[in-house]
Amino acid sequence: MNGSSITQAIVEGPGGGGTVPRYQRPHASVPQFTNSPTMIVLVGLPARGKTYISKKLTRYLNWIGVPTKVFNVGQYRREAVRSYSNFEFFRPDNEEAMKIRKACALSALKDVSAYFTQDHGQVAVFDATNTTRERREVILSFAKEYGYKVFFVESICDDPEIIAENIKQVKLSSPDYVNCDKDEAVADFLKRIECYKVTYVPLDDDCDRNLSYIKIFNVGSRYLVNRVQDHIQSRIVYYLMNIHVTPRTIYLCRHGESDLNLLGRIGGDSGLSSRGNKFAAALGKYIRSQCIPDLKIWTSHMKRTIQTAEAVGVPYEQWKALNEIDAGVCEEMTYEEIQEHYPEEFALRDQDKYRYRYPKGESYEDLVHRLEPVIMELERQENVLVVCHQAVMRCLLAYFLDKSADELPYLKCPLHTVLKLTPVAYGCKVESVFLNVEAVNTHRDRPVNVSVDRDPMDALLTVPDHS
Amino acid sequence: MSSTEDITKTILPRELRQNPLRKIWMPCKNGLPEKHISQRRVCMTNSPTLIVTVGLPARGKTYISKKLTRYLNWIGVPTKEFNVGQYRRECVKIYKSFEFFRPDNEEGLKIRKQCALAALNDVRQYLSVGGGQVAVFDATNTTRERRSTILRFAEQNGYKVFFVESVCEDPDVIAQNIVQVKLGSPDYIDCNTEEAIQDFMKRIKCYENSYQPLDEVLDKDLSYIKVMDVGQRYLVNLVLDHIQSRIVYYLMNIHITPRSIYLCRHGESELNIRGRIGGDSGLSSGGKEFALCLGKFIQEQNIKDLKVWTSQMKRTIQTAEALGMPYEQWKALNEIDAGVCEEMMYEEIQEHYPLEFALRDQDKYRYRYPKGESYEDLVQRLEPVIMELERQENILVICHQAVMRCLLAYFLDKSADELPYLKCPLHTVLKLTPVAYGCKVESIYLNVKAVNTHRDKPENVDISRLPEEALLTVPAHH
Repeated sequence: MNGSSITQAIVEGPGGGGTVPRYQRPHASVPQFTNSPTMIVLVGLPARGKTYISKKLTRYLNWIGVPTKVFNVGQYRREAVRSYSNFEFFRPDNEEAMKIRKACALSALKDVSAYFTQDHGQVAVFDATNTTRERREVILSFAKEYGYKVFFVESICDDPEIIAENIKQVKLSSPDYVNCDKDEAVADFLKRIECYKVTYVPLDDDCDRNLSYIKIFNVGSRYLVNRVQDHIQSRIVYYLMNIHVTPRTIYLCRHGESDLNLLGRIGGDSGLSSRGNKFAAALGKYIRSQCIPDLKIWTSHMKRTIQTAEAVGVPYEQWKALNEIDAGVCEEMTYEEIQEHYPEEFALRDQDKYRYRYPKGESYEDLVHRLEPVIMELERQENVLVVCHQAVMRCLLAYFLDKSADELPYLKCPLHTVLKLTPVAYGCKVESVFLNVEAVNTHRDRPVNVSVDRDPMDALLTVPDHS
Repeated sequence: MSSTEDITKTILPRELRQNPLRKIWMPCKNGLPEKHISQRRVCMTNSPTLIVTVGLPARGKTYISKKLTRYLNWIGVPTKEFNVGQYRRECVKIYKSFEFFRPDNEEGLKIRKQCALAALNDVRQYLSVGGGQVAVFDATNTTRERRSTILRFAEQNGYKVFFVESVCEDPDVIAQNIVQVKLGSPDYIDCNTEEAIQDFMKRIKCYENSYQPLDEVLDKDLSYIKVMDVGQRYLVNLVLDHIQSRIVYYLMNIHITPRSIYLCRHGESELNIRGRIGGDSGLSSGGKEFALCLGKFIQEQNIKDLKVWTSQMKRTIQTAEALGMPYEQWKALNEIDAGVCEEMMYEEIQEHYPLEFALRDQDKYRYRYPKGESYEDLVQRLEPVIMELERQENILVICHQAVMRCLLAYFLDKSADELPYLKCPLHTVLKLTPVAYGCKVESIYLNVKAVNTHRDKPENVDISRLPEEALLTVPAHH
């Protein structure tokens, strides 16, 4: 039942007239929409944000449940050529280097193939400059041979400020420049870019009109989209068109401690306890002290998040999608009661907390799908404070910090603690700010014994204290 | 006040009350709700948006305008289209020929400009006074001069502008377009096909010489999408906000390939027979018979590459199983969650929750069951389904009464008031075929008896009504 990844069920047609295979991940909320694996191929000069896009897109696709992996050819090159001397390696007339670079690309393609066939990957992001038509032809032939779809993502930018900022943020700290002084590194990198410019052939409106691609101009002020083939490409385009690189901060926190929290009961729609109210006031003070320009505040539709936001004194928006996970028949129960009334359910949940769906309720997997529009809008926004709930916050945090489905349901999101997320380089800096108001612990670790016939005591071993 | 005082000031949180109909917590003062909060609706822009179509005749501008308007209204963004051609038809009662559109026809140009201004005036009424959020200004708008007029108008009134340009040079597409929607136009009501086509082609020519498409350089500060060759290619420039982003996503997912959408409910279920709502029961014997008939019907229809979708509830899956075809399950297609009323009969709801029952009758669209959902919630939950339905071609969706009402309202452009009362009886397949600017509907009853589950709005919706009045319209059951 719960716990398996993909099952293939053979279904008898009516009247026994033949069998039809049916693929569906059990209990997945949304059907799988890709049949052929897809290769996303980046195109662009160095320092155009290809790796940034690759990593972000991969993180997003994995979060929504599409197994995706990045293949960064630069990494293969660093493994082949142990130490980087200078830009001369990238000169178009450096035959020795060209051989190595081509071998690296082919090696990466081989790994792409293995990822699809052996590791059940769905999407491979091929992160390299891919600036010549010749190189792109190699990739297209490869994909055609194996039956993979190809979608190109080209990043075009001629704004020297953006490029300089890019170099500063991610190139200076690259393994290639680990022993260089800053100015040398910048000078060398700029010469490296020049090496590519000579042979750069962008995707062409005419010659490449049968290819599927998106061209991103100047970090998103303009896009050219050609021949979107299917659902996943459509989602990728939508995502790429919503992300931006403007610096901003995302604050995540839960509602203040609630009356049901104190009683060790899950779910429900109770109000804040007195400590919860204290936290709300402290949150208000903290937020005001941060002096955040144009801060948006989002809450769920549940009383406890709204009460918390009220104390900040700034207009807020209520999202039903931010409501806590629906525990179905277990709503408002203590873990002890769940163990007593639904011991099997309780065990199944411990076996696969991500995919487990409460009877008449939801799973974490359902939550992720429910939260996808929230994430999409968070990407569009700038400074935002999201006041939500434990399971919801775990899902959002997993997206920002690239946590797997296995880790997600056990991420620590304690009450009365604000997580301040700041995008930096290819990831996210996290600051955890405890606002100094005591609260119960609501985090239940995975117990050692998850067997259906375990002792009640084994099941309840990790239940946090409560009244 | 010094800054430190500001920081240490403690905000006194307002009291919260839950709106009894929508189950939404709102802050209130002296027992009265305050307007300070906002609900997450799609459009959180404060400025209204003016969508302006651009393109030669027969490029699908009106098709896009109507479809986009339908979509935006369905997701809860009050939208209205303003077709300048219509204003022209009201002004110049009878259309004679393409000569009206000749660029040297000064009289014609004057009238056309007046019509555009009259339409803009109505746009202003709608957006600034009439509660509209988005206005779709459907006209050729092919000259930079006309677009400047519109931009000035928008700036004066504080509207955001988003252009949607349709560019197409494929003669087959244009010919098909003319056949589908121009021949039936009031302009050509007394013409034979040949004459009409000829005249329309000359009409297009009148626009061609003065056509200035949106330009990558000159118009780089405008927000727009250029749709090229019916969606093969798109150029998107300066998307400013959420609603524009949603519009772009929608436009990039729609297509005009002919196809049919089949909507039906699961076969009659055990709970249906007992007059109980919700739950997750299996099919009754009548329901199983329906499933087999559905399988036969589908086979007879001989549909190319049919996809089948169900919810994750047993009754729709059982129905699909009888088809002997692969199907995909969507949790989003699950029936509306009736919360505390799940598996109750209407009589029981009246007995245990008479207030709730009355509130529901007062505003069935926005009413949310305690610990459950509203139709409004359903629409939001179904939006990704609609988006994917737009991408797909031939498809059969086996779902539930409330869900089917929401999907049908989208395809047939029904308002929020009509939606919860749309008739979606059991054992009846609705075949929807896009045609011209709308959708043709065929209703096919598969001749297997089933209970009626449709409860009309009773006359008395007052909370003080008698139980009999509340239960007057409950359909018969065991």
